[in-house]
Amino acid sequence: MPEAEAEAGPGGAEDPIIQIVGLNKWFGAFHVLRDIDLMVEARERIVICGPSGSGKSTLIRCINRLEEHQEGRVVVDGTELTHNLKNIDVIRREVGMVFQQFNLFPHLTVLENCTLAPIWVRKMPKAEAADIAMEYLTRVKIPEQADKYPGQLSGGQQQRVAIARSLCMRPKIMLFDEPTSALDPEMIKEVLDVMVDLAGTGMTMLVVTHEMGFARQVAHRVIFMDEGQIVEQNEPETFFNDPRSDRTKLFLSQILSH
Amino acid sequence: MTGQPFHRSRAEMLQERPAPITSVGVIGWMRANLFSTWLNVALTLSALALLALTVPPLIDWTFLDATFAGSAGKDCTGEGACWAWLDQRIHQFVYGFYPAEAYWRANLAVVLLVPAVGYLLFANLPYARYGRWFSLAYPVIAAFLLVGGLGLDVVRTDQFGGFVLNLVAGITGIVLSLPIGILLALGRRSRMPIVRTFSVAFIEFIRGVPLITLLFVAIILLPIFLPREVSLDQLVRVMVIITLFASAYMAEVIRGGLQAIPQGQYEAGQAMGLGYWQSMRLIVLPQALKISIPGIVNTFIGLFKDTTLVIIIGLFDILGQARLLQTNQDWLGKVDYETFLLAALFFFVICFGMSRYSINLEKRLDTTRR
Ligand SMILES: Nc1ncnc2c1ncn2[C@@H]1O[C@H](COP(=O)(O)OP(=O)(O)OP(=O)(O)O)[C@@H](O)[C@H]1O
Ligand SMILES: [Mg+2]
Repeated sequence: MPEAEAEAGPGGAEDPIIQIVGLNKWFGAFHVLRDIDLMVEARERIVICGPSGSGKSTLIRCINRLEEHQEGRVVVDGTELTHNLKNIDVIRREVGMVFQQFNLFPHLTVLENCTLAPIWVRKMPKAEAADIAMEYLTRVKIPEQADKYPGQLSGGQQQRVAIARSLCMRPKIMLFDEPTSALDPEMIKEVLDVMVDLAGTGMTMLVVTHEMGFARQVAHRVIFMDEGQIVEQNEPETFFNDPRSDRTKLFLSQILSH
Repeated sequence: MTGQPFHRSRAEMLQERPAPITSVGVIGWMRANLFSTWLNVALTLSALALLALTVPPLIDWTFLDATFAGSAGKDCTGEGACWAWLDQRIHQFVYGFYPAEAYWRANLAVVLLVPAVGYLLFANLPYARYGRWFSLAYPVIAAFLLVGGLGLDVVRTDQFGGFVLNLVAGITGIVLSLPIGILLALGRRSRMPIVRTFSVAFIEFIRGVPLITLLFVAIILLPIFLPREVSLDQLVRVMVIITLFASAYMAEVIRGGLQAIPQGQYEAGQAMGLGYWQSMRLIVLPQALKISIPGIVNTFIGLFKDTTLVIIIGLFDILGQARLLQTNQDWLGKVDYETFLLAALFFFVICFGMSRYSINLEKRLDTTRR
């Protein structure tokens, strides 16, 4: 764990930045999340894995209320997610999200994608928003593409723009939902590099991914989900070398075998 | 299997050669587009034959054999069209019975329309900041110029006519039907049951009834139900109905566009903390409207042509003027298709212009190849 060790570790004296207690969620009659308890410390980096349909996406989408839960408490940075729209807005401002399909806005240039939320949500002056956008586009190594449209970029470049776009809101927490799954193999590394770099800044990160190399290198904790539950969690070395549950073993054998 | 050695390699790379003459240039284009198959050859030849049969007689009738000078139908003695009336009557085609000393007001209203629309459509014009305000104020300015009041002589709306009437009704309808259509489309997809039900009921009702029926209801039945003191100008009533009619169709066109926007676009907006109206305005509608441009322009063109229905409240728009002249004592029997041809020309210029502009707009908004 090269640069990851360098900065201060997660937690400390503060409260957990994300507190999920007794979370239950149903899609119609389907019980998709079952009794989830999860505390995430500030600056902690968590990788979530598990078979398709196990509820990984749904879990992280409950953190910024893209999905609404029916039971339990979700508290993010001291604000509880309820039907109170104010709270939802407050939390979404502090939580960035990167999607599997990038979800860039095709009708806006790369720079406009990045400045949209700062200008309209944070009410930042245009020039300042553009400066910040260029700063993050430089961080993800594509400042020269600022005036292009997303449709003209490769998948890897688009995903890096999406990461920069989220960072422009200067979030405290970043959620990643399988950020490399839609990418051709040769582009996965450029996106992972950016994420490793971000980890080095001490960002709190929850990453749904099957990139186990990334998990080993960056994660403080790996969570394995199946059938809507957290089946096993551990720090990466032990998780990969000495899984306890049979489901975890089976899952690991499947994804590591290719 | 073929007996050839498996390993082969090239000693020298091939040089680039020009394309064969039969696949580029004029000959190439004709081969590809006009004579590519026997069916295509047959179609091309029939089309040429049809043009040869129709175009020369049409040109003869319209121009070469036509009479352009004269003061009444009796002067038109030639084989061709009779255009002698143009000189004395063209202003009536354009302005109807609008008082001649106020023509400048109608002209000014139309001229001012150019910057008003320009500032709405193009972001990078000079003085854009004031331009927007001008665009917003334009309807009031135009109404003031056309109708008068506050020092200007009042022109009653039943004096409106000619192509100016089509323009006024058409442009009002176009400007209003787009936002109303957007609201109805959003309403139809709303999660609030009352809003949704209202939108669906409105759209389905309007679409389920012929326009002419709605117009009769508004003009003949409405006054019976309304108290006597409430009198709505007839032209206003017609314009409201035409606008609402177009709005219902517009709503469905835009709903189609909204449905084409992937869920991920909404989610990306939400995740960044944008509110509903912000997401709609900044992310969803720009994309949805762009997809809907062909349908929107289609609705605009339909609306514009529907403005000829003002005839049912006794106003003489350009089509009304065309009919009027055909039955005029001086020109009776000598002028018939000519006036329709002129009316068609006016409509064609505007509708074709809208269609070309929309194609241009689609190209300009296409962010995938640049
Ligand atoms: N909006 C929805 N309505 C109904 N069912 C849903 C909805 N979204 C997800 N599901 C179901 O919930 C379950 C969990 O979905 P989720 O997307 O969280 O899984 P996941 O672990 O992220 O899987 P994947 O690896 O395929 O992304 C799946 O069975 C899915 O079919
Ligand atoms: Mg998922």
